Amino acid sequence: MGDYQFHWNVVFDAMPQLLSGAWTTLHVSVLSMLVGIVIAVFLALGKMSDNKLAYGISNTWIEIARNTPALFQIYMAYFGLGAFGIHLSPYFAVFSALVFINAGYLAETFRGGFNSIPQTQYSASKSLGMTKFKVYRYIILPQMFRRIYHPLTNQFVWSILMSSLGILVGMSELSGETQRLQSLSFRTLEFFIVAAIMYYVITKIILFSSDLIAKKVFKGDI
Amino acid sequence: MGFSLFTPLAWSDLPFVLQGVLNTIYISVVAIVIGTILGLIVGFIRAEANKTVNIILGAFLDIFRSVPLIIQLILFTTYVGVMGHPLDPFVAGSIVLSLYTMAFMSEVFRGGFESVSNSMKTASRSLGMTYWQTVRYIRIPIGMRTVFTSWLGVALSVIKDSALVSVIGYMELLRTSEQLISRTQQPLEILIGVGIFYFIISYPLSRYGKYVEKRMAI
Repeated sequence: MGDYQFHWNVVFDAMPQLLSGAWTTLHVSVLSMLVGIVIAVFLALGKMSDNKLAYGISNTWIEIARNTPALFQIYMAYFGLGAFGIHLSPYFAVFSALVFINAGYLAETFRGGFNSIPQTQYSASKSLGMTKFKVYRYIILPQMFRRIYHPLTNQFVWSILMSSLGILVGMSELSGETQRLQSLSFRTLEFFIVAAIMYYVITKIILFSSDLIAKKVFKGDI
Repeated sequence: MGFSLFTPLAWSDLPFVLQGVLNTIYISVVAIVIGTILGLIVGFIRAEANKTVNIILGAFLDIFRSVPLIIQLILFTTYVGVMGHPLDPFVAGSIVLSLYTMAFMSEVFRGGFESVSNSMKTASRSLGMTYWQTVRYIRIPIGMRTVFTSWLGVALSVIKDSALVSVIGYMELLRTSEQLISRTQQPLEILIGVGIFYFIISYPLSRYGKYVEKRMAI
């Protein structure tokens, strides 16, 4: 019964819309990473601080982000916040959910990276007469960056893949756009095959260029 | 005039929610068990195979890891549908989720197999063990010990990702809650309940993983 006729033309005609969907996927992921990184730094500092309140807030944020499904976060942002009279657009709901999760995961990454550098290095640099700023600038941060580089790349890829959940709240990123376009022609299979290929290519490009940058910046020493 | 289209959340909804909870646990366990077994086999092949086989196998496995799970689910159900063999949402969801799990597990186990040094393999062979005895008594017990926390991490993410099976119509917890929301119009209460459920399952396990990791580091 496998007499399905593939019709690719309708997909190629819709290529501009698909590409604009892919663009939305990219920029929601990039933005959510950037904002997520900034918040993650504060969460990591909070989790390492002696202040009970800062620790409590950071810890709660991190554990909720890491222990509940991404789809749940998106529903929470899109439907749940409505109970407080906050109505987010699909784009902003997905964006804030991704920021929330990225910040939670990256905070742990940053903390792990920071803790992996022995305290003795700090003392050693101080005894060489370095100021606190110089110790961080030349000793601690460069090493830390090496250790968090790959987790950062993985988190970025993860954001790209998870932004596909926008399909469920009517966001017009790659998946949502694919869903909308296929409903016009009912060429579901063709459209989603093309979308899958596009995700695969995007992911590969990111991983490949990340390796290339790592080779240039760290000179193979990672 | 006391008629309303929506009825509030009631205790009689509890069995419905519990069924959703059970379905989430059910499909997660199925995917983790099948994914672990397949992942162990594929991971072993990847640790043993030569470069060409590894590149081909790697590119294939990357499909599961580079295409969003939601697209995989939609593609698979649409494909079996148009080919004239529509599957039950549970079966289709289990197949996709298991393959997805396999792709991640195979990397975990591959690392485990590769962590066993060559000299240990040579030593066990020189003691008169056959190839498979080496695998069974040396490489699996020693290699798998080091990857337990990574395995647990993948398993936890599968439990969370199982929520996506709702898109192909499987009545797991999130879809159950969606239906309750459309009847009661109380999204916040219901969603918080759902969040607490996932948290109760995931948090203790991730704490346990960290505990094991710390103990093994010392």
